[in-house]
Amino acid sequence: MATVPEEFRFGNFLASIIWVILIVIVLLTLVILPLTFIVLFYVPLPPVNGEVLTPYLFLTMIVDPTRTLPIVKYLIHTTPFKVIVFPGFVFAAIIAAATIFVERKFLAKMQLRVGPLYAGVWGVGEGILQLAADGLKVISKEILIPSGADKPIFWAAPIAFVATAAAVVALIPVAPGWVVSNTDVGLIAVFAILGFFPLIALLFSWASNSKYPFIGGLRALHQMIAFEIPFILSALSVVILAGSLNLTHIATSQHPFWFILFLPISAFVFFISSLAELERVPFDLPEAESEIVAGWLTETSGMIYGLIQLGSYLKVYALAALFVILFLGGWSGPQIFPHQLGPPDAIPLVKVLTLQGLYNAVTVNAIFWFLVKTIVIIMLMLLPRGISPRIRIDILLHTGWYKLIVLAFVNMFVALALIYAGVLGPGGSLSIH
Amino acid sequence: MADLEDRISESQKMGMQIVKESDDDRLMTLSVGPQHPGSGHFRFIVKLDGDYIVHCDPDPGYVHRGEEKMTEYRNFIQNIPHLERPVIHDSTNITYSYSLAVEELTGIEVPRRGQFIRAIASELNRQVYTLYWLAIYGIFLGHSTMFMWPTGDRELFIDLLEALTGARVTHAFNIPGGVRNDVPDGFKDRCLRQITYYEKRLKEYEDIFYNNPLVRQRTEGVGILTKEDAIRLGVTGSVLRASGVPYDIRKAEPYDVYNEIDFKVQYMKTADSFARAYVPFLDMRESCHILRQLLDKMPEAGEVRAKLQANPRGPPGEAYRRVESGRGALGYYIISDGTPKPYRVKISVGSFRNMLALPHLLVGAKMGDMPVIYWALNYWPVEADR
Repeated sequence: MATVPEEFRFGNFLASIIWVILIVIVLLTLVILPLTFIVLFYVPLPPVNGEVLTPYLFLTMIVDPTRTLPIVKYLIHTTPFKVIVFPGFVFAAIIAAATIFVERKFLAKMQLRVGPLYAGVWGVGEGILQLAADGLKVISKEILIPSGADKPIFWAAPIAFVATAAAVVALIPVAPGWVVSNTDVGLIAVFAILGFFPLIALLFSWASNSKYPFIGGLRALHQMIAFEIPFILSALSVVILAGSLNLTHIATSQHPFWFILFLPISAFVFFISSLAELERVPFDLPEAESEIVAGWLTETSGMIYGLIQLGSYLKVYALAALFVILFLGGWSGPQIFPHQLGPPDAIPLVKVLTLQGLYNAVTVNAIFWFLVKTIVIIMLMLLPRGISPRIRIDILLHTGWYKLIVLAFVNMFVALALIYAGVLGPGGSLSIH
Repeated sequence: MADLEDRISESQKMGMQIVKESDDDRLMTLSVGPQHPGSGHFRFIVKLDGDYIVHCDPDPGYVHRGEEKMTEYRNFIQNIPHLERPVIHDSTNITYSYSLAVEELTGIEVPRRGQFIRAIASELNRQVYTLYWLAIYGIFLGHSTMFMWPTGDRELFIDLLEALTGARVTHAFNIPGGVRNDVPDGFKDRCLRQITYYEKRLKEYEDIFYNNPLVRQRTEGVGILTKEDAIRLGVTGSVLRASGVPYDIRKAEPYDVYNEIDFKVQYMKTADSFARAYVPFLDMRESCHILRQLLDKMPEAGEVRAKLQANPRGPPGEAYRRVESGRGALGYYIISDGTPKPYRVKISVGSFRNMLALPHLLVGAKMGDMPVIYWALNYWPVEADR
């Protein structure tokens, strides 16, 4: 049956438009406007700077430049901001994304290539949007699940991987007071969370119901357990010197001498163990392409792969930051930022533009030095990929169980000797506490 | 029954371990290839006991194209383009021995300048092949820089060969009676410049790859193929020379102008995977000396190919000629019945002979050694399948 379109009449058209306008006006006056006013004027908000706020006042504060800064200052000190934006997930994810891009460019320059080139903005920035393109591709891909896979675990493992990596990030302080969770057992908590990764790898490889992932999962398990012990032992000598497990306290207790000066062997062991923990070259055995296809990632596809990549780069940031905190004095560094960005008695607009009241020279300086050190360590972690082949599993286990553990013990005795000789520690001749 | 026992004892002699049925439940059977990133167009079934390989069963034939049968339907000249398909990275060498065999059958004499140009193209192409092989060996060890550098430097040789032959990879340059065309102007200088640059690069390769302690750790003492086993299994080329047998066709049966060239046969006595990986590298270095001499001694002018009749043919007979390719001895056995088409062609390739040593070496090795041993055998699956 063919449908005949209704004959168009201008009068009907006009009438329908008028009806729509009428309905909108009625709805506005009777429902939307009263609701808006109720919300704006009567819903209470938590007090900021001792002022009881309503949404209306809040909006006026945002619009009024002189009153914006206190509210921003209030917002960035709330827990949700710390968890989500800084120094939590978004901050770490941006660093992880930058790491992926820098790694590709850095490796390309080392190998006489150009690296990502075309996905840029108006011809500048040489592939700076490559990561966004890759992300879009990964999101739009179909997720294939092998037949016989254990579906709940197969879905849960990648999410657990990212969540666990982000949980490590939550324990890392980036500046005095800028940490999501400032706990007194910070270092133990970090190692406890890192202990989940071999479990996730093994679960995922088992859930994939495939042979190559299974071999890869077992390799990941062997590798991470073999390197867990030198990893913890090398951090233990730092704890001996600092006398605390709190990461903030460890960072501040390295004033004026960084622990890497007293514990170079521990720093070396820690660095090697973190490479193994991260499954990076030369310890990329669980993903050894020419041997076992892609190791425990063989059956990943689409966003599952994307999530695991994101998680592993978050881990790169977390472990590099941990290295900085344990051995490189955290955020300590010469004060290079001015105490005020503008004159204190300026007009309000200039005050807003120079972030007066919000800008804290010490914090900004701390974040700057922390970032500089972390980036240097991340670059050092990327370097072996250009110059080193993959190690074999028996050599890897031998290195982990015999050599690194012994080295870590050696430096632990050095640390104890420094304490007993009265050089470092409480009342030591080199410590200013 | 006796037949089966014979086969079992024969396999044990070859190094294959016979796996009992009752053991199968604790072994993991892995089918490595042909989709495996570390196998090429080739499959081998391995059985793993823990991390150790206890059984290996190579299964070639995925890219069998019937090259030998195809030659029977084309005349001697028409055969050249398709005969180089099995190993396009070494296409000058695979047509070299064919041309030599056809020349022997038809009695064509190659002009002296043509012989030199052939040898130059052959040496350049050997570099191209070996660089490609080295690149894959690098990435098989997880060394990505060693993948990129040779692949980049290979381009320079490809450019040279493009200037010489007109094609980047599939040259079809050697023909019975000489080469297709003369060298372009300024080729000698360009070639010498390239060799000088390349010798510098070879030093860098050695520093970043062969002298890398991790590479040494992974390859030294892995997959030992003793001299006796190497001769018994019939391996050839760099694999044979790495086992301590200084055997090179260019020296043993010099063809064309190779008896006028002064070079040493490169060999090592350690007989492990490192030696098998290092001998092709030494060959590349020696090949530079050979190229310099060839360019120096090449006659300034002259014919590059003999005048051929329309459909070259010879009296009924047979010929077997072989050359040293990137993977070892590459021979052609051609029977002619007097017509312009060959009656039967048999291509004897180095890859297939080297592949036979694979089960011998893999059994008892670790899974992580698999790519190290496999690709050090200088095996090109497509050539082996022909």
